[in-house]
Amino acid sequence: MNNELNVPSGAKETLPTVFGYIGIGVAFGIVGKAAGLSPLLVTLMSIITYAGSAQFVIVSMLVTHSPLLSIVFSVFLVNSRMILMSTTLAPYFKKESLLKNVLVGTLLTDESFALGMNKLNYTDNHLNFSWFNTANVISYLTWIVSSLVGAVLGNFISNPEKFGLDFALVAMFIGLLYLQLISDKSINFNLQLIVVGFVLVAIYFGLIFIPSSLLILLVTLVACTFGVVMKHVFF
Amino acid sequence: MSSFNFVLFTIIGTGLVTWLSRILPFVILKKFKLSAGVVEFLSFVPIAIMSALWFENLFVQHIGHLPSIDWGNFLASAPSIISAVIWKNLLVIVIVGVISLGCLRLFFGM
Repeated sequence: MNNELNVPSGAKETLPTVFGYIGIGVAFGIVGKAAGLSPLLVTLMSIITYAGSAQFVIVSMLVTHSPLLSIVFSVFLVNSRMILMSTTLAPYFKKESLLKNVLVGTLLTDESFALGMNKLNYTDNHLNFSWFNTANVISYLTWIVSSLVGAVLGNFISNPEKFGLDFALVAMFIGLLYLQLISDKSINFNLQLIVVGFVLVAIYFGLIFIPSSLLILLVTLVACTFGVVMKHVFF
Repeated sequence: MSSFNFVLFTIIGTGLVTWLSRILPFVILKKFKLSAGVVEFLSFVPIAIMSALWFENLFVQHIGHLPSIDWGNFLASAPSIISAVIWKNLLVIVIVGVISLGCLRLFFGM
């Protein structure tokens, strides 16, 4: 990383993160195809929703025939961290036009956000549109192409259940949860484990009387409240 | 899987809320600020929802009774967790998990 905020430096510095998009994008395409989505719908989801892990949430909820509003609200909850990232990022683009602000926000991802926060250490706390937009656009195009490739590859795997391919979704959540646990320093590690344990108990007993499509949403809301209370009482 | 139109509406609906989450702070930040309480509540969302989605797959629902265990998903979770700790790489975790469940199905019919 250097102190230049232009298109070439943006492109060069985004390259290492591209492999992450390819891996997860291809995995998403295969999972989406295995769940019964056409390559067209898989690609449309990557173009329009463009929400990484939340796209796995959408597919798993489509499989369980969840109501539309319940899917939309779940995705909103999963992506609510975007509000925090945009809120953190917005002050650095105050001098740019509103249109450019909206463009930066539209294609913002966890990775481009992390990249931008890292870049601040080299540029005397400055960011600009051309650098950030370059990182965003490269990420966006890589994600779309990767998920399309995954969905087409999924065509050649006729009976995904037999190969355990339906587990890709569950494994992804295990991986995302683990990576979140070890990288999120804003919440005490033990507190995070307690919340995860709380979720396990709540899911187990909630399954007795709450339909599974609604359960994830309810448990998430209750677990977040539980986490806030625990944080104030014990941490 | 649901109909083409249902999936399309889902994509548009989720796209809209995701887009608004991304751009609204840029647009309205100058006027309003999220309260500290809301920010704190939201900070628990990622781990809560990811673990909920995982755990829900470990059980089979029987309304009115305790759920039973989905042994295939339950047992395949162990190698996935171990590979997460060792490699910390999403693609590797997914491949290990899929192969694990594939083997469980092939050899034990789970």
